[in-house]
Amino acid sequence: MSDQHTRPKTRWHIAVFLAPAVLVYTAVMIYPLFNTLRLSLFTEVDQARVFVGLQNFRTLFGDAVWSDQFWNALGNNFWFFVIHMLVQNPIGIALAAILSHPKLRFASFYRSAIFIPTILSFVIVGFAWKLILSPIWGIAPGMLDAVGLKSLYAPWLGKEEYALTTLSLVSVWQFVGIPMMLIYAALLSIPDEILEAAEVEGITGLSAFWKIKLPLILPSIGIISILTFVANFNAFDLIYAAQGALAGPDFSTDILGTFMYRTFFGFQLQLGDPHMGSTIASAMFVIILIGVCLYLFGIQSRMRRYQF
Amino acid sequence: MNVARQNRLNTFAAHGALIFYTLIALFPVFVIVINSFKTRKAIFREPLALPNSESFSLIGYETVLKQGDFFLYFQNSMIVTVASLFFILLFGAMAAFALAEYRFKGNTLMGLYLALGIMIPIRIGTVAILEMMVQTGLVNTLWALILVYTAQGLPLAVFILSEFMRQVSDDLKNAGRIDGLSEYRIFFRLVLPLVRPAMATVAVFNMIPIWNDLWFPLILAPAEEVKTLTLGSQVFIGQFVTDWNAVLSALSLAILPVMGLYVIFSRQLIRGITSGAVK
Repeated sequence: MSDQHTRPKTRWHIAVFLAPAVLVYTAVMIYPLFNTLRLSLFTEVDQARVFVGLQNFRTLFGDAVWSDQFWNALGNNFWFFVIHMLVQNPIGIALAAILSHPKLRFASFYRSAIFIPTILSFVIVGFAWKLILSPIWGIAPGMLDAVGLKSLYAPWLGKEEYALTTLSLVSVWQFVGIPMMLIYAALLSIPDEILEAAEVEGITGLSAFWKIKLPLILPSIGIISILTFVANFNAFDLIYAAQGALAGPDFSTDILGTFMYRTFFGFQLQLGDPHMGSTIASAMFVIILIGVCLYLFGIQSRMRRYQF
Repeated sequence: MNVARQNRLNTFAAHGALIFYTLIALFPVFVIVINSFKTRKAIFREPLALPNSESFSLIGYETVLKQGDFFLYFQNSMIVTVASLFFILLFGAMAAFALAEYRFKGNTLMGLYLALGIMIPIRIGTVAILEMMVQTGLVNTLWALILVYTAQGLPLAVFILSEFMRQVSDDLKNAGRIDGLSEYRIFFRLVLPLVRPAMATVAVFNMIPIWNDLWFPLILAPAEEVKTLTLGSQVFIGQFVTDWNAVLSALSLAILPVMGLYVIFSRQLIRGITSGAVK
């Protein structure tokens, strides 16, 4: 009896608490992730799975039919990301800076209204903008006409040179609420004493923003950048909803997500190939991993964190 | 006096900028919804006008309700979202409690393992997920979606909830232990009620991406009887591209439930984001 008390019991409850989450997470997320990486090393010959080593990667990067598509999708994806970084995040920061002004009225109304596009599904957003920009309906040309800029109108989604940028801007329109909210939260957490001290020194208004607030919210901007990166390199829905799986016109809006979908499932004349699909997924995994590592070791660890 | 004028000018500019951006944010939704109540002619003749007695028409909604099984889609979306949230919260809170409360070998490692999924999107594993769902016969069932969304939501849920559970007072839990409560009762009776605000935040964060997801319904459950609202409206709109009344009405119907959820939960959502739950 006394022996039992002195020896630590196996604490089964810890295992019971952990088990469901760990099981579901491992079985449905981690295992398939590694299994997908593994599948990229196989191919199908006569309905049997054959190990081919890195052959699929050689095809993806070496075979012109595949590599052209891959680099096109990767390039488009980078442009998609660049537009988000250059347009979405600055607008988000600017809106947050205006909203965080302490005496501003209706701030919560503006905040909720500007966040609305973020909660809508890609299907709604994609089709709504497709209709609005469509030359058939004439809302966009009509509005440009009203301000005397009708000559600027073009069927943007149908032109190879504009389609990707247009869709990126639609995505920016949809997601500007997220950087706005996160930066807003970061700005609110700056203690008043710091701003008051700056005011005493004569630093107010815009210069207070550039010299005091912006350096203090840099860590949040870093987090937003990496969130944007991961979301962009994993995007699919908006392009699919607006342009279909072929990411037209002539693949000019193809990004890695749509490329993987087409390869995996096949489309029209092309047959689906799960092994090449896995190969593209593995490439995406590596790209996202590189981005996350660059952030964690290159940016986050160097950034000074201020504790209040 | 100069300063006061400067201030008023600033306020004016601030409101101007915010109103301008609010209009940009709301304009597409507004255009879609007002035009869904108009006749086909009026949609094209005056797209920006509000429907009046002459141009008012519900023909689009009639087509949608006759052709598409939107109630079924809505029900499917509802089941998937609610069940996924239930499992995310239950399993997530249990794991978070274990990590926050007990010291055991591998605690930190387990925490890191569960946190991996915050940054790596689950979509990368789609090929193997589909293969697994086919093998287990779960493909084209709502369970496939519920499992995937649960796995997808768990990492962030565990991360946020364990932060909050560390703040629950030890005295309270120890008092419960002295009273002879089992560890399970301490968790369900004492700790869970105290972290309810954090659980609400987690629920609201997960709700919208699950409801709006197109990728997994398209791949794991495209059959008619298990279509979610997002996939259902995508397919429906694709089929009716030339019927503008039907497309606009379908879009409006798809906007409606999300807006309803948003109105109910927006305060929770905004408080969740701004309280710094994700940092």
